[in-house]
Amino acid sequence: MADALPWVISRERESSRPFVEVLHDWIVTVDHKRLGLMYFTYGILFLVIGGVEASIMRAQLAVANNHLISPQTFNRMFTMHGTTMIFFAAMPIVFGFANYFVPLMIGARDMAFPRLNAWGFWMSALGGIVLYFSFIGGFGLYGAGEAPDVGWFAYAPLTSSAFSVGHSTDYWIVGLLISGFGSIATALNVMTTILCMRCPGMKLSRMPLLVWMNSVMAALVLVAIGPLTAAQLMLLVDRYLGGHFFDTQAGGSAVIWMHFFWIFGHPEVYILVLPAFAIVSEVIPVFSRKPIFGYSIMVAATVSIGFISLSVWAHHLFTIGMTSYVNTFFVASTAVIAVPTGIKIFNWVATMWGGKIIFKVAMMFCIAFLCQFLIAGLTGIMLAMAPFDWQLGNSYFVVAHFHYVILGAIVFAVFAGTYYWYPKVTGRMLNETLGRWHFWLFLIGFHLTFDFMHIPGLLGMPRRIYTYEASRGWEFWNLIVSSGVVFQILGVLMWVINVVRSYFKGDIAGGDPWDAWTLEWSTGSPPPEYNYAEIPVVRSRRPLWDLKHPEDPDWKYE
Amino acid sequence: MYFQPRRVTLGKIISTWIGLEGIAIAETGGTRTGPYMFSPASTPAHWIYHLALFVVALCLGIFLIVFSLIAYSAIKYRKRPTDDAREPPQIYGSNQVELAWTVIPILIVVVLFLAAARVIHAIQDARFPPNAIEVTAIGHQFWWEFRYPGYGFTTANELHVPVSEPGHSIPTHITLLSADTDHSFWVPQLAGKTDLIPNRQNETWIEPHEVGHYVGQCAQYCGTQHAKMLLNVMVDSPGDFQKWVQQQKSPAVVSDRVAAGRKEFEENACANCHTITGTTANGKFGPDLTHLMSRTTIAAGAVQNNEKNLLLWVTEPGAIKPGCLMPAMQLDQQNVKDVVAYLMSLQ
Repeated sequence: MADALPWVISRERESSRPFVEVLHDWIVTVDHKRLGLMYFTYGILFLVIGGVEASIMRAQLAVANNHLISPQTFNRMFTMHGTTMIFFAAMPIVFGFANYFVPLMIGARDMAFPRLNAWGFWMSALGGIVLYFSFIGGFGLYGAGEAPDVGWFAYAPLTSSAFSVGHSTDYWIVGLLISGFGSIATALNVMTTILCMRCPGMKLSRMPLLVWMNSVMAALVLVAIGPLTAAQLMLLVDRYLGGHFFDTQAGGSAVIWMHFFWIFGHPEVYILVLPAFAIVSEVIPVFSRKPIFGYSIMVAATVSIGFISLSVWAHHLFTIGMTSYVNTFFVASTAVIAVPTGIKIFNWVATMWGGKIIFKVAMMFCIAFLCQFLIAGLTGIMLAMAPFDWQLGNSYFVVAHFHYVILGAIVFAVFAGTYYWYPKVTGRMLNETLGRWHFWLFLIGFHLTFDFMHIPGLLGMPRRIYTYEASRGWEFWNLIVSSGVVFQILGVLMWVINVVRSYFKGDIAGGDPWDAWTLEWSTGSPPPEYNYAEIPVVRSRRPLWDLKHPEDPDWKYE
Repeated sequence: MYFQPRRVTLGKIISTWIGLEGIAIAETGGTRTGPYMFSPASTPAHWIYHLALFVVALCLGIFLIVFSLIAYSAIKYRKRPTDDAREPPQIYGSNQVELAWTVIPILIVVVLFLAAARVIHAIQDARFPPNAIEVTAIGHQFWWEFRYPGYGFTTANELHVPVSEPGHSIPTHITLLSADTDHSFWVPQLAGKTDLIPNRQNETWIEPHEVGHYVGQCAQYCGTQHAKMLLNVMVDSPGDFQKWVQQQKSPAVVSDRVAAGRKEFEENACANCHTITGTTANGKFGPDLTHLMSRTTIAAGAVQNNEKNLLLWVTEPGAIKPGCLMPAMQLDQQNVKDVVAYLMSLQ
């Protein structure tokens, strides 16, 4: 049946051209696929940098009263780790997926605004470079530090010029400001592309779930980045123009910063996790050999998560002394988000139910994602109960919780996505054996680190401390937590080896190695620059199913 | 308001098992345990503890059910080598099933919400009896100032409160302020954390039921030495507490034996930051030292309060707390000894 499809198998060999010419092509490109890859690669680069910073912290905390690094260095490490991972690893990676696959999946030849797309990428890239330049340029005053050390949410007044001398905080502000502009450009572009560039027949109700979820992600970026940008500008005014927005010594408000930051910060979690849901929603059906269970309610759940996520930010602020009524409201709004999220988990499981599940590495990562996201959601419910949060908030329990979301869910989904789409992007398969090594090593490392990280939190260990006394009973657990890092590094190393090796030696993929159903599998691997020689016409949510099963097409039932 | 605690056997088991509580007791030789929220010893901490047990049990139940579903479907519906090449039945959804797993979570959320709302109201809207002890806690980089406005004295880093006994409830109401950046007051066995935010007044309260030494620490990142901004709360019997109050209210001990150290203290910048009542030293930037030797630790709990540590602390504060705001005054060795001798006279 596959032979009947109009495959265009082509694999340009870049290596036959001079390096400078190839580099020039990549730098000036406006092709959504290349920009997607650049976003992704850029994100992975920063993922590694952020991982190194995390490893340094875990080495310091492995034993009590450790003197491996100074408190100043430790504080810089967690600030840079958090900022890097959220803004310069996770966001570029999910943008990379959106850039590459949204146009392909809706049968478009590019994004709506290709040049804006390139601009967005380069702004994000510049932001990361500005942030890291602080290691060199942050020495505004002697002893003022290199990298910023104010924490990734940079609570006032620690960021005021009284407490943060030198320029490290300025690099942090400007880096995020610039990358924020890039994010807004990309979100605008994704949104416009989805609204205006769909191929004939691709009604909103027929879009793949990946596209739906990325459209909600884009909407959230448009709403959420604004408050952050505003707050950063106000902070710059405070630091350089004598403003007093957050200057508590002159009547400013530290609490206002907290609200501004988390009005951005909580939707940001969903900005990152919705694209992870998006990947899982594509991979699980294909490897279960069934369509997604309850497409409409999945879309409804996604959109409602988008709305609800805008009304929960102050659950980060249960300890700042809001009134009991405000706290109660945010308990309710936060707990309610469990409903659409739960629906999603149930629908993914129902998609597997009754299928013929093929345990390729991509699917294994998705099943691990399901279990880990379940746990992340449940610890999230514990944290949503404000009184419980008064004990758990700002402890290692909350650190374990959000790493469960970001690593256990988002990074696992991203890995699943790479195994699933690598053949499409490069034309070659990733090696399954290496992939299994990657999966198990990373899984063991993840659980060693983040399962046991909940415990010191329950035992009263606050986050962001560079050392602790042995007498508090935290040492044993911290040692286990740190030991998991080794496995995680090995796992990621397997992945990197696999990605590089398979590019040259992997099996030839062909256009549709997974016998999948969405449009991107109907063009060549890698897709030609114009994506589709002829703009496709679709009649259902699974256009390739219709092609492969003309006797039993989807459009009869939708 | 007094809350008679049920015997918290489960909590004790949990914290003994995961907290290595035994080690903590053995090392200090006292009644001190680690900062474990599952060994509550005060009314708000008890209420939170019971809510926590309920929420954890519920989440554990949900986890077991959903995890079993995932595992079952992954194992049962895996593709077997004997399977034919046909695709499985294509199921697009089911309104009944989807309605069920929308409504059931909503009901669970309502239950959780009511349980949490009850505890929020009980803790945040509590009324205090007139005999409640009033304390103002002020967060500094990187130490705690405790003022007792009812008694008119100030101390640092070690909070003393009376135990609350059945029939004679004495809660302690704590007003939380900050002198510089954000901090958070967290002694898990006594209450959940509440932040100390500059230019804002927060409050919390505790009502401990057992005499003892409870530990905690700053839980909101406040700068370089956030890690060593430790909290020690001494819960005294009512008699001991009154004795302690009387001692704190008295002016500093004056002894000619340590006149050299006192002169050194008052003529150097020490006096600009520290207060010793009854002397010319009345600085407010650092901890009040009037009764320094009544405290068991120095540098906000970083080290034990003894001659060796005091000598090191006055000579080179950065050796104990690198990045703390107390400067090394570059006194010569004899002067340091004199100053420490003076400090050690401040009973």
